Amino acid sequence: MDELTKTEPATIYIRPAKGLAALNLGDLWHFRELVLFMIWRDIKVRYKQTLLGALWAIIQPVMTMLVFNFLFNSVAKVSSDGIPYPIFSFTALLPWGLFTTALNTASRSLTSNHNMITKTYFPRLVLPLASVLGGLLDFGIAFLILIIMMFYYRITPSLTAIWAVPLFVLLSIIAALGVALWLSAINVQYRDVGYALPFITQFWLFITPVAYSSTVISGKWQLVYALNPMAGVVNGFRWALLGSGSGPNIFLAISTAISLVILFTGLIYFRNMERTFADTI
Amino acid sequence: MTIAIKVEGISKRYKIGTAPGKFRYGMLRDQIAAIPSKLFRRAEEKVGVNFIWALKDVSFDLEEGRVLGIIGRNGAGKSTLLKVLSRVTEPTMGMVTVRGRVGSLLEVGTGFHPELTGRENIYLNGAILGMKRNEIEAKFDEIVDFSEVEQFIDTPVKRYSSGMYLRLAFAVAAHLEPEILVVDEVLAVGDAEFQRKCLGKMNDVAAQGRTVLFVSHNMSAILRLTQEALVMQKGRLLLRAPTNEAVDFYLASGQSQAGERSWDADEIPAAAAPFRPLSLKLFDPRGAVADIVRSTEPLTVKIEYQLTAPITGLRVGIYLNTIRGEYVFTSFDVDEPALYEKYSVRQPGFYTSSCTIPGDLLNEGRYILGVNASSFGVKRYFMDENALGFSVDPSAAPGMQWAEQRQGPLRPRLNWAIDRSDA
Repeated sequence: MDELTKTEPATIYIRPAKGLAALNLGDLWHFRELVLFMIWRDIKVRYKQTLLGALWAIIQPVMTMLVFNFLFNSVAKVSSDGIPYPIFSFTALLPWGLFTTALNTASRSLTSNHNMITKTYFPRLVLPLASVLGGLLDFGIAFLILIIMMFYYRITPSLTAIWAVPLFVLLSIIAALGVALWLSAINVQYRDVGYALPFITQFWLFITPVAYSSTVISGKWQLVYALNPMAGVVNGFRWALLGSGSGPNIFLAISTAISLVILFTGLIYFRNMERTFADTI
Repeated sequence: MTIAIKVEGISKRYKIGTAPGKFRYGMLRDQIAAIPSKLFRRAEEKVGVNFIWALKDVSFDLEEGRVLGIIGRNGAGKSTLLKVLSRVTEPTMGMVTVRGRVGSLLEVGTGFHPELTGRENIYLNGAILGMKRNEIEAKFDEIVDFSEVEQFIDTPVKRYSSGMYLRLAFAVAAHLEPEILVVDEVLAVGDAEFQRKCLGKMNDVAAQGRTVLFVSHNMSAILRLTQEALVMQKGRLLLRAPTNEAVDFYLASGQSQAGERSWDADEIPAAAAPFRPLSLKLFDPRGAVADIVRSTEPLTVKIEYQLTAPITGLRVGIYLNTIRGEYVFTSFDVDEPALYEKYSVRQPGFYTSSCTIPGDLLNEGRYILGVNASSFGVKRYFMDENALGFSVDPSAAPGMQWAEQRQGPLRPRLNWAIDRSDA
């Protein structure tokens, strides 16, 4: 407090924002500790009063993998690019899980913390951002299972994995945050988001090469397919860890560009809606 | 003196739908369906949308280190003003210039998570209120000390009693050290002992030369803590005056005539439905509406109201307070078990609940009648703690042969007996 009283207090101007709100990310930086606290709180309470606790972070992707294995491998005999199907699908389920968990928690992050929004000031971006980043812990836990599976199937990833995996994790975070900003801001006014989301993620799963390989997409559709940000992420993961596919190409560039566009427009939309959050929530 | 807060022509408009209560959740469907008509119509012509000005052209300056009270009835715009000042919501028009960090105590315990321990919630809540981690660490022991929950500091707060919870929440907020502190009605919680402690803390804050804006319905707290107050009514700033003048002005306002109070539609919160208060009147024994009553005479209180739907377990009653904010008594129309049985469900219609306060009860002075309509433990439909002010005239009361002021709010005529024991 002493250094605060000594320094000249900052002057704040409160007035109606005109036109597009400035992104004002410096404000978010100022509240970075709150982001960490919110992540910590979400993680801390996530598996409270559950019997299995953090095991759920493993059970969910493993069970999905087993179901996929039965349906797509044993029954439908889908091609997995010569890679054992369980690890083929599990590698894709990791970023996919990160993405859907982020969407689920972040889209509700504003409405479930409505009393914070109506009572105190802080950059509202803190809430969806913390929700998205909070998913990294579950991702990390599930990743350990992937490492065990790689030992089991004797798959050695190339050295590119060291830089490629974090990069693709970042890319899925960007994709998730972009979509989450849109959904969370819309959800403040229209609770329809809560009903639409399960359907959206299910549909999204079908257009993402999680259960199948993207090689099944015929050439002329590849370009359309690349418009899905998660397609690039999932293919990138498989390439980095399992060596399948061709690695970064024009389709990845398109996926990444789309992610960045969604993130940027999401930020602008969020910032503009933010002004009325306290009034409409 | 430096100006800490400069408010220039602030207005805040809220949109309300045609049907009250239905405006909160916009339906995507309606918006989509409205697109064709929107294309052919100017934005101003929106049909079925009403606006309400929660704040209308409010301007004032506040110098650094001053404590300013804000008083006004429900819906006067006090809370909206504080929300604008603490940047929770944006004004529709006007500008505020704030010099320094604003800390808001709009509600204690914001962001408290029931699963987290007291210790964890202190850190979390501190961060939400804008404190830095090292600031919280430096204040941690002081906060715990103030809250009196040391023993339970590592227990999840869901196991706390509501009193402990409030104490901890207030302790965190009270140790926030912004240049400007905005406080809304936090003192309305907790037991008397804790309230005293909170008031003491507020005094300290003011004594440290920090700027404080303080909203309360508790006139004694306003009188004690502030030297100057704003009176607000329907979103406008009516008066800025020394606190005792402001409190007097406020209590006299809102009465359509002396001894009578009625409520406009915009003073009744939407949550009051199906209860609609109509009027509160005070009568002398001759049946005339009175603003000054005699201490020796009974006075009759009548509350008129309408129910638009049946209510189970409704009780309508009054609070009597002195002007200093001390309770004299609380009484409800169905306090009598037999009446409570009879009116266990009140059907829709117009009602009058009336009672008589006996003569030879109240001391001279000014009193405030409050109204409450609630179903115990279910819902509080309506409450106006400062509905009507009236004065008691002591002529012919016991002890008037001495020109002295009798202490206390009561002046009962007691049957004294004097016996000489040596005769």
